[in-house]
Amino acid sequence: MTWFPGVRLHVVSGKGGTGKTTIAAALAVALAGRGGKVLLVEVEGRQGLAGQFGHPPLPYAETRLARVAGGGEVFGLTVDPELALIEYLDMFYKMGRAGRVLRRMGAIDFVTTVAPGLRDVLLTGKVKESVIRRSGERHAYDAVVLDAPPTGRIVRFLGATDEVGHMAKVGPIHRQSEAVMTLLRSSQTAIHLVTLLEEMPVQETVDGVAEIRKAGLPIGAVFVNKVREPKLGAADLQKALRGGLDLDALAGALAKVGLEATDEAVMVLGVEARQHAERVSLENAERGELEALGVPLVELPLLAETIDLGSLRVLAGLIEAQ
Amino acid sequence: MTPAASTPRLDLDAVLDARDIVVCCGSGGVGKTTTAAALALRAAERGRRVVVVTIDPARRLAQSLGLTELDNVPRRVEGAGRNGGELHAMMLDMKRTFDEIVVAHADPARAEQILTNPFYVSLSSSLAGTQEYMAMEKLGQLHASGEWDLVIVDTPPTRSALDFLDAPERLTGFLDGRFIRLMLAPAKAGGRAYMKVINVGMQTFTGVIGRITGAALLNDLREFFTAFETLFGGFRERAQQTYDLLKADSTAFVVVAAPDPAALREASYFVERLSTDDMPLAGVVVNRVHRTGAPQLTAERSVAAAEVLEQHGGAKLAAGVLRLHAERVALAARERRIVAAFSAGLPAVPIVEVEAMATDVHDIDGLRQIGLELAGRQPAA
Repeated sequence: MTWFPGVRLHVVSGKGGTGKTTIAAALAVALAGRGGKVLLVEVEGRQGLAGQFGHPPLPYAETRLARVAGGGEVFGLTVDPELALIEYLDMFYKMGRAGRVLRRMGAIDFVTTVAPGLRDVLLTGKVKESVIRRSGERHAYDAVVLDAPPTGRIVRFLGATDEVGHMAKVGPIHRQSEAVMTLLRSSQTAIHLVTLLEEMPVQETVDGVAEIRKAGLPIGAVFVNKVREPKLGAADLQKALRGGLDLDALAGALAKVGLEATDEAVMVLGVEARQHAERVSLENAERGELEALGVPLVELPLLAETIDLGSLRVLAGLIEAQ
Repeated sequence: MTPAASTPRLDLDAVLDARDIVVCCGSGGVGKTTTAAALALRAAERGRRVVVVTIDPARRLAQSLGLTELDNVPRRVEGAGRNGGELHAMMLDMKRTFDEIVVAHADPARAEQILTNPFYVSLSSSLAGTQEYMAMEKLGQLHASGEWDLVIVDTPPTRSALDFLDAPERLTGFLDGRFIRLMLAPAKAGGRAYMKVINVGMQTFTGVIGRITGAALLNDLREFFTAFETLFGGFRERAQQTYDLLKADSTAFVVVAAPDPAALREASYFVERLSTDDMPLAGVVVNRVHRTGAPQLTAERSVAAAEVLEQHGGAKLAAGVLRLHAERVALAARERRIVAAFSAGLPAVPIVEVEAMATDVHDIDGLRQIGLELAGRQPAA
């Protein structure tokens, strides 16, 4: 597989409703297909990952979600910012009991609310830790896939360290921020955006790519999700768009297979064909905007409504093939 | 059109004619902003002076309303009023709304101090619930101005789009918290034994934070809260006023959804949440519903006929059109089942459905067509 060689941290963002979590899960399965260990991380506490694999909600601990043919494994982790902060304070300051007192007083809640940037730094810090963690000679995980906040917030989320850097000018938090930023800006990271061929998601994707580039962060691929094949040939689509379908021929063909081709029924079918052609033409225009971005596009078809390990494997296979 | 004979139909014309405030809520990607704009246009054409507050509209929809920038000022939409009515539109600038509150409620020196504090900069644009709260704050201001017959607001497309109901409580609870009190004036808290323990914890904490972040951060934080404290009272008071305004009979909530299980699950949550808080729910708009004009031609017969045509070759158009129709009939049936299940769970909630358009709406005429459907009329062909 030649899919982003050298990249160990895949950040997956996208507008809500585009299937960002599903794509993150499918990408993890695809990467695990190389035979390694892949960690899938979610940071918004939504417990969206577990459901994709038919697994009960995840604790704040790395949990195996699936085994993949060839010995690969996918692990999942839901990062809780409060627990991450306590873990962090414990690690550096041995604050065991005092940490618990502060928590009861609402201090932790306070800190993570008043400086949302600080919360984001804790979350990305945890992600960084899992990327660089070693297990003997090798990395504990061959790749980490982050189901990140949506496109509108992604640069802010990843760049939170800059914001915190302004507040904390020295000390370990400042150093931690710098280390996270170095990883995020490196060629070990790729930020992927998920979209649909619809106006709003494409608009957000175009804006998102520009923002990511401007922030000096490495853009990966754009996943175009839930793509439907046109049901009519190119010439018929053109005719339908101009209202020039041969309805008499259509009526004739329907009569030949024994369908009662009333004028009304034929007209309805003609309208449905025109609407389909309008849809396809709109989707092509949106696809054109995405192609102009100069970023690899990965198109994935609309599968069943509910996602399970089976459909994740199908999507993973398609990602692998592109 | 309603999904079943027993489901009450949502009469939106009655809402637009009689209420002062309409709040559109629903999960993202269901056409909420378009619905808000179409309702506003319809009300303006029924003779009311209307302002619609949108949050993050699609660019072309914004342009069709004459909105080119976030400027927090209502702009008149030309050619969009009848019978003496007018339509005005604005895009909410959350940070500017927050800044305006600070400027309005603090003396100039203190306002300056707050606006340039790094914590304010972070807090005003990203504190959870701020966007929701600012939408409600703007609503309160527009309503209080007395300039409008009707204010329509679009809510942010967050998963928790009703957070604004908690926002007054959360914001004041947060600003009023024990922890902040201790930060501001640890000395006042002395005396009682348990407070001493907490004060020791406090000193450890500030010491640690100071070491991790440098002392400048703590000073910025203290300065921010000291300056901000003067605003606490005003915040709480206005938050309560807005909450009462939302609860009044002159307000209507419209929950917007699409005929898919996730969007309707969110809609159920909104309906229940509104009823918990005794908020006046008008009903649910189900957008993007698919229908077919030829239901007698079933999906099964269409597919069978398409297969026969494909076997014989030729007639590619007819085969394609039949497959398209089969897909559409199946989709329409699926959506009907989903909406029926939703209204079976909430039988008293009025519903209106709006048919899916092949393309997105970008002009006043498109909004007018949607307005007709929202009012339960057949749109012009």
